Amino acid sequence: MGEAGRFSFLSLLWHGTGKAWARQWRDAKPKASYDVIVIGAGGHGLATAYYLATEHGIRDVAVLDKGWLGGGNTGRNTTIIRSNYLRPESAALYEHALKLWENLAQTLNYNVMYSARGVLMLAHNHHDVQVLKRHVHANRMQGIDNQWLTPAQAKAFCPPLDVGSQVRYPVLGAALQRRGGVARHDAVAWGYARAASAMGVDIIQNCEVTGIVRGPRGAATGVETNCGPIAARRIGVAAAGHTSVVMDMAGVRMPLESFPLQALVSEPVKPVMPCVVMSNTVHAYVSQSDKGELVIGAGTDAYPSYSQAGGLHIACETLAATCELFPSFRRLRMLRSWGGIVDTTPDRSPIIGLTPVPELFVNCGWGTGGFKATPGSGQVFAATVARGEPHPLAAPFGLDRFLTGRLIDETAAAAVAH
Amino acid sequence: MLLIPCPWCGNRPENEFRYAGPAGIVRPAAPASVDDGTWMAYLYLRDNPKGRHTERWRHVHGCGRFFNCVRDTVTDRIAGSFKPGEAPPS
Repeated sequence: MGEAGRFSFLSLLWHGTGKAWARQWRDAKPKASYDVIVIGAGGHGLATAYYLATEHGIRDVAVLDKGWLGGGNTGRNTTIIRSNYLRPESAALYEHALKLWENLAQTLNYNVMYSARGVLMLAHNHHDVQVLKRHVHANRMQGIDNQWLTPAQAKAFCPPLDVGSQVRYPVLGAALQRRGGVARHDAVAWGYARAASAMGVDIIQNCEVTGIVRGPRGAATGVETNCGPIAARRIGVAAAGHTSVVMDMAGVRMPLESFPLQALVSEPVKPVMPCVVMSNTVHAYVSQSDKGELVIGAGTDAYPSYSQAGGLHIACETLAATCELFPSFRRLRMLRSWGGIVDTTPDRSPIIGLTPVPELFVNCGWGTGGFKATPGSGQVFAATVARGEPHPLAAPFGLDRFLTGRLIDETAAAAVAH
Repeated sequence: MLLIPCPWCGNRPENEFRYAGPAGIVRPAAPASVDDGTWMAYLYLRDNPKGRHTERWRHVHGCGRFFNCVRDTVTDRIAGSFKPGEAPPS
């Protein structure tokens, strides 16, 4: 595994004696040209580079980032993984990702701390019950695990949850995906970066793309950056909240709007939260990190913004809902809060595929729930870029769906209300 | 929370308002006769600019009226608001 060496029991033992660890990936300087440039060194971009190298033999790849590796939404999300989406196209895509998660640590030889502790989605009113039951039935027909729990069963699965009748939004039931869970978000970026770098991929930080160069026939032939021009045979954009900005450099308007999405963590406490709980209606989702912090996801702000900070009232509403659902959390203090910029599409499904500009490909629109898709997204996008045509799982998610009207409506499955 | 200047009621907190999308999106006059690309652009394509953004808000918990607002999407600073039909502030 290149300069860094493979992680194993023996290597841990060796380094445990005080031997310093080597750098896990090269902080590269850009060459004049590459086969493929990936814009955005988040989980999706790094995974794309990794699968280009491992599955398509394309190792002459650069991953550019205007900031640092994994410093965007990869390091800002609440790390929830699940595949209980409604439509067959989405369920197939997210389930593909979930299956990759299950072996990702072994594949990358890097502990991404995937923990299938179960994701519980709560129903608080009649409508929620109908929608979640529909998801349960649809998922079971698709071969994806999802089951309906009564309030008592939900309480047994998640003891701190208040299922009493005196709460403002009583729990009427819940959908449980047992294979869902969490992973260590930073480790996902680091693991992909390390494995890609060992295969020869250049990861170039603090390199902001300022222009997309077009050839005489209109095809993308490279990028302008603050580190100078870099040529490329193909370009893949994985710039999340800044996708509209990058695509505008190629003259392409996107069906995207960027919103701030906030999250918070509490002070660390002993294990109190055995699973992930999500509630669309009262808008709270909670899990506990291995460090002991409660990781709490809040909502998006009402208006588009690139500020990476949201309004305090949004976070307060989520904390109020969290305290209502988990009375024992009321005295916890919040340690940190932050925002990430999420690119949302009209149908809350991602966009993966070709663009009107030849040799320019895009992977965006993951909105409020892109982390869970990271391995699958990277794999199908790498195949799309390598072959110049959509991977079968990505095909329904092309930009052309907004022309044909064949949208993939996942507004109910997207956990964050917009 | 933003402090939003309603052209009729003055400065009010953001939670009195509802965001109503980018301003200046004009529905094609004859939807049945425009091509799919024009219709897609009207329905779905958005500038999503990083910087100056002209947008509509509605003062739902106040006068109830729609108006336009110019806001910077990086700083969230509001340059000003204007009534429908008026010119935006510079």
